[in-house]
Amino acid sequence: MTATVAEPRPAGPAPLRNGYRFELVKLLSQWRIRLLLLVCWLGPAAFVAVVSLQSSLPTDTVFGRWMNATGWAGSLVVLDFACTWALPLLTSLVAGDVFAVEDRLGTWRHLLVAVRSPRRIFVAKSLASLTVILLLVIGLTASGIAGGLAAAGNGQLVGLDGSIIAPGDAASTVLLAWACALAPTLAFAAVGLLGSIVLGRSPMGLLMPALLALVLQLAQLLPLPAAVRLALPSEGFLAWRGLFTAPVQTGPLLVGLAVSLAWAVVATALAYRLFLRRDFTDLNYDGSARNILSGVLPLTALTVLAYGVIVVATPATGSGIEQAKVQDSLATAFAHLYRLQTRELGRPDVTEAQLQAAASCDKGGSRVADEGPGNDWRCVVSWHLPGATALGNAIYQLDITSDGRFIADGDGPKEVNGYFQVRTPIGDAPNPLWQFDVNIDLLTRTVKG
Amino acid sequence: MAAIPPAVRARGIIKTFGEVLALDHVDLFVTGGQVHGLVGPNGAGKTTLLGLLLGLTVADGGRLEILGAPVGRTLAVPDGVAGFVDGPGLYPSLTARQNLTALASLRESAVDASEALEQVGLTDVADDRVRGFSLGMRQRLGLAAALLTRPRLLVLDEPANGLDPAGKRHVHRVISGLAADGTAVVLSSHRMDDLAALCSEVTILATGRAVFSGPVSKLAAESGDLDYRLVTTDPDAAREHAAQTPGLRLVPGKNTDVVVHGSTSSLDELIARLVTAGVALRELGPVVPPLEAAFLRLTETDSS
Repeated sequence: MTATVAEPRPAGPAPLRNGYRFELVKLLSQWRIRLLLLVCWLGPAAFVAVVSLQSSLPTDTVFGRWMNATGWAGSLVVLDFACTWALPLLTSLVAGDVFAVEDRLGTWRHLLVAVRSPRRIFVAKSLASLTVILLLVIGLTASGIAGGLAAAGNGQLVGLDGSIIAPGDAASTVLLAWACALAPTLAFAAVGLLGSIVLGRSPMGLLMPALLALVLQLAQLLPLPAAVRLALPSEGFLAWRGLFTAPVQTGPLLVGLAVSLAWAVVATALAYRLFLRRDFTDLNYDGSARNILSGVLPLTALTVLAYGVIVVATPATGSGIEQAKVQDSLATAFAHLYRLQTRELGRPDVTEAQLQAAASCDKGGSRVADEGPGNDWRCVVSWHLPGATALGNAIYQLDITSDGRFIADGDGPKEVNGYFQVRTPIGDAPNPLWQFDVNIDLLTRTVKG
Repeated sequence: MAAIPPAVRARGIIKTFGEVLALDHVDLFVTGGQVHGLVGPNGAGKTTLLGLLLGLTVADGGRLEILGAPVGRTLAVPDGVAGFVDGPGLYPSLTARQNLTALASLRESAVDASEALEQVGLTDVADDRVRGFSLGMRQRLGLAAALLTRPRLLVLDEPANGLDPAGKRHVHRVISGLAADGTAVVLSSHRMDDLAALCSEVTILATGRAVFSGPVSKLAAESGDLDYRLVTTDPDAAREHAAQTPGLRLVPGKNTDVVVHGSTSSLDELIARLVTAGVALRELGPVVPPLEAAFLRLTETDSS
């Protein structure tokens, strides 16, 4: 008698769904990830609630000065901080370690035997880390909003051109701003995946997104041309501010999104290619200089390409901060906020058209060109008072940063913008014209004449 | 439907890593129900060969069939193969049960985690994090992970590493039980006593080549003349008789011990002389066990 068995078949790879679940279980079992989730879901609410009730507000941060006026400002302060440090750091701690952890534990062979497809391992790990990052970002968003609304209420928000945004619109715009920040977060997560694969067990892999964020932060401080600034993946972390102007500053926003998504795609593709080529039998794998170059060079080339496209396809010139733009932005914001002050003081309403506000700005005196960032801008705003022939005048000192944001600091007269409070029929209230934030669109072209 | 194929049929396997020839025309034949030992000095190619069987790497030359299916140039071995090399590969932040449950869901396993844990005697610590496990417990958990898919070929790298005597007995019992049910087991070990206790056949690798492959009993015969240690009531008289026995020579040893080198027939004659002379024999045994001696002889010959 001859014993028989079924014909053996090559083992298929484990289903992607199962691999994804496995990776998610592994990530969520790490105390570091659990701690991050806890911090992201509770931290912003506590921070916003506490700060919103203070008399001293974080005025250096956009929307910080409005934190005790509306709950929506709190979430935007959290977003601004997250874009500076928290989101790159989160991507470091999640995506930057998702491959390297297998090197540290020596589990690659075990995983390959179980899954039988390096491709599926890559996809499962990438999706799992993306899921965790999304959970963290959702936590930051929800927590910041909840803390703000609980502490400061559902009030109207003052935009970055002084316009008033109704609570309903503020809610949708705040959510949209967080959604926009996801694109650069994806880019940094992809860099994290790449670092994790390129550098193996080396802790440098873990630090890649944070290191990149630091380098880009330093670059953003430099007086770079607007086209270079917009070609960097960190632009997406700033461009959401353009949502809070009317009209929306779509140019930097779209460029920021496109550059970020291009970085995400290219870095992920590089990570995928290097992952499939690596030797899983080497237990001491720590990456190689060649791999580092094959990761860095294409991303540098992408930045150069993005710069070229921006120069050709957009009107970006110089620093993007020109005298006419500064004057227009300041006059527009002043007019919007003048109306707000008028309402606070209980005076008859006026419209921006009636005010016909205009600004005249000079940077650093006659020896300095009136363009570019700096804290030596001095402006005089003039406006028409309804029913009066005389023009109103107010002086502002501007501190313009190279990303296009400026703080206008009122210098008098006292009754208009020289004092931090105004006396209203119901008591003293913050003076909206005393100090305010404005965001200049770096991509628009000034029409001279 | 086809006749039961051998679990492993490897002919002339070659594997290189750059300039290094890790496997040099290696043959391996393992049938279902057989426990086959792989032994060799460090760098002999054991892990590479086990990696080939698990589909972690592909051969550069030769022909490899696993469970009757030819393994080609892609990393694809048939269903029914499980095991580990270079440690069991566990996640310390998960409990033993979570490790197995996650793996079971990954491969849609036939055996559930509790059953596998019970098989290797880890039920009591099933819900403890692996972070706190000893090396022996990790080895047993690694074995449990391999059992989840009811493998027909089980590949284990040093499965008894770090096990205490009770744990080793348990693992031996599990492996023997699997073999009795028809599973082919290929395992590597540095310990010849483990191989002698478990394996019916053994392959010795040295510098990438198979210098012996066959039954364990045949390997013992390869050991040739051995050193034997005798403990007697009169060591001086024993040395005198040993010196006079044809085919034996004295080897320097401790004061109370007598160590001689020669064949078993010469040793038989020495024992007869000692008994006749009234010298009582308290202990007699090879200084190095026959299997180990055979291993050393074969691998040293190859190295030289």
